[in-house]
Amino acid sequence: MKALGIILAGGNSSRMGNLSDKRAISAMPVGGSYRGIDFALSNMTNSHIQTVAVLSQYNARSLNEHLASSKWWNFGRKQGGLFVFTPTVTTDNSWWYRGTADAMWQNIDFLKKCHEPYVIIASGDGIYKIDFNDVLDYHIRKQSDITVVCAKMPESDDISRFGVVKMDSDGLVTSFEEKPMMARSNIVSTGVYVIRRRSLIELLEQCNQEGRYNFVTDILIRYKGMKKIYGYMHDSYWSNIASVESYYNTNMDFLNPEIRDFFFRKGSKIYSKSFDLPPAKFNAPADVKDSLVASGCIINSKVEHSVLFKNVFIGNNSVVKNSIILPNVYIGDNVRVENCIVETHETLMSDTEYIGENGIKIVVESKSRYGI
Amino acid sequence: MQRNSEIVILNISYNLHIELVARIITRKKRHEVIGMGKKEMIAMLLAGGQGSRLGVLTSDVAKPAVAFGGKYRIIDFPLSNCINSGIDTVGVLTQYQPLRLNTHIGIGIPWDLDRNNGGVTVLPPYEKSDNAEWYTGTANAIYQNIKYIEGYDPDYVLILSGDHIYKMDYEAMLDLHKQNQASVTIAAMPVPMEEASRFGIVVTDENGKINEFEEKPAKPKSNLASMGIYIFSWPVLRDALITMKDQNGCDFGKHIIPYCHENGERIFAYEFNGYWKDVGTLGSYWEANMELIDLIPEFNLYEEFWKIYTKQNQIEPQYIASTASVKKSITGAGNEIYGRVENSVLGAGVVIEEGASVVDSIIMKNTVIKKGAQVEKSIIAEDCEIGENAKIGFGESAESKLNASVYAFDLAVIGENSTIPANVTVGKNTAISGVTTEEDFPQGKLESGGFIIKEGEES
Repeated sequence: MKALGIILAGGNSSRMGNLSDKRAISAMPVGGSYRGIDFALSNMTNSHIQTVAVLSQYNARSLNEHLASSKWWNFGRKQGGLFVFTPTVTTDNSWWYRGTADAMWQNIDFLKKCHEPYVIIASGDGIYKIDFNDVLDYHIRKQSDITVVCAKMPESDDISRFGVVKMDSDGLVTSFEEKPMMARSNIVSTGVYVIRRRSLIELLEQCNQEGRYNFVTDILIRYKGMKKIYGYMHDSYWSNIASVESYYNTNMDFLNPEIRDFFFRKGSKIYSKSFDLPPAKFNAPADVKDSLVASGCIINSKVEHSVLFKNVFIGNNSVVKNSIILPNVYIGDNVRVENCIVETHETLMSDTEYIGENGIKIVVESKSRYGI
Repeated sequence: MQRNSEIVILNISYNLHIELVARIITRKKRHEVIGMGKKEMIAMLLAGGQGSRLGVLTSDVAKPAVAFGGKYRIIDFPLSNCINSGIDTVGVLTQYQPLRLNTHIGIGIPWDLDRNNGGVTVLPPYEKSDNAEWYTGTANAIYQNIKYIEGYDPDYVLILSGDHIYKMDYEAMLDLHKQNQASVTIAAMPVPMEEASRFGIVVTDENGKINEFEEKPAKPKSNLASMGIYIFSWPVLRDALITMKDQNGCDFGKHIIPYCHENGERIFAYEFNGYWKDVGTLGSYWEANMELIDLIPEFNLYEEFWKIYTKQNQIEPQYIASTASVKKSITGAGNEIYGRVENSVLGAGVVIEEGASVVDSIIMKNTVIKKGAQVEKSIIAEDCEIGENAKIGFGESAESKLNASVYAFDLAVIGENSTIPANVTVGKNTAISGVTTEEDFPQGKLESGGFIIKEGEES
């Protein structure tokens, strides 16, 4: 593979509510067994990219723990490797990452030291499968300066949080609007870009001199007329988890057998850190319908149309419905959970009720488990 | 000038000679040490046995590689015990059908046994310059790998077998071994007195020193049964192995331990009181799996302490559909369950289609139970397919015509990569292996006690 990978995983968003108090969005648990960043990392390793840099900043502990060993994604080889770069203080720079372009600029030595002619930039919060070789081939064939991977969104979706792209019949991007009030197209940027490494270095240095720090507004949009920017249409599943609603829906998508087949069984695999948990256990009162259950769960109650992440315990006579239960949650007896996202390590005491009445309720109790 | 240079040359050659002699002496002394780092104790794990009493389950895999408990293989238990006990050097002796075992162990990553110094090494039999022989017995296998052991210059060697389910801290056993200044320590567990005559029994004094061994005694003097787990002080074991090297089928229980006993070595028992299960027969294998389902199982895999590690290929969650009912079961990752599962242990990647039902059974990974099929009290190995509306494990009990001592317990057993056609009925105490078609089932039936073994078929 002639490219190195950069994953922008620094982000936080107010759209995530309390969920991103604990971690960066790219570390959010997804699909019962994964975290957001696993999809970008697995796509890169499956495309035979050997060198990957993860740029993280916001609440990086959870992400760093997840990436502590690179072996799960088959990185950590003599050639290349997985590198996690958080902002550091140097003699001439004591800033946090001031934006996506600045994050890359602060690691420009890494970019200069690499020998791969191309760079694939991806975000850590996209849920998708892609072969980056196809994107790179397209980039080279079109003699593009920057290629943006785009996805078509359903008309009904709120796309005001995305970069909205219009392109001509050849794929040349004619307009690019970041988070427009009124979208003029339903084609959005997935936050995946291909660019020549030398060219990226030049652009980043120029931007920095001008005091500009954002890759989308200060490079993509500003250079739109000067550089040839092409859109590459990604036509299989893509979703972004950076809002509570889309996070909930993305997880619920995995209850659909076609989407499970697509991610779990067809073609390349998605990798994640393994935890050596025992198989899930269903005791006599268990009554599970239309739900995903991860390893290490112990279930004694009714569960319906829900996603249970690893190590979830559910006591007797409880009901979990239309909910997402993140890892290591303990749910006692006689608990009702409906339309909720229950944060990791939560303890829901017996005889309690958590019901999302208008939309999704995020349950963050932070109760100590040792009181039980 | 001429003389001087001659002296120098002489001096050099003399020094060289001294150095060479010194090198040979050290090599002799260190028994041709090939590795670098010394290890206090290394483990030798005997994993070469077929385990013929598991019938068709081990026709293509060695017993230690047989699946257990929904996601594990039997060898995961001793391997995890090793790493949890701080033993980072393990030689795994393989012989019978080693492919599955080799791919499972790999370089030992799942058990953190991928080490720069030590780690796991698979040791198959090999050809020597003067002879080539298989491992003829448990001790013979160790004898043939003396060089491997010496590479780590250990003080103690732990001998394990790959066919038991248990969690044990070998370090505690080693502490006792040192405390007793023992030459050999044998792990032993109390068994009910009435069953003691089925085991190798050790008779100890009040300090735990073993005075007597009884192999399957009619009138046992004690109820402490040997578990086949030994710690030897290496010089003692080395001496015994070399002295007994010409013994045919040299075995620990039959030859090495008696030899040490006769020589007056200090042999002690390490009493173990935890869960320990020999899964050597289909009945005990089935039972041990079923015990995991209990509300609070005696052997608890859900404890954070003393984790059992395994090579995990599938990490996806499993899907339980609206049409499904799963009760009193443990089920592995990536399953798709649309039917009914009760009182069963399911491996990873298993598909139970709509209307199918699985009761009191063990289904190993990637097996598909088609629509409407019914499975009762059966063991179905990996990558099988049970046709639509087939019935497995139904009918009156009858003695097996293949091997009554193996296929008992009223179990229907299906070996890996087998296919059962739609609409047939398979009875109890049956054995099936290979891709079967309707012609193999006269009147659509395999009566209880029957068998279909399709040999020599490569798929």
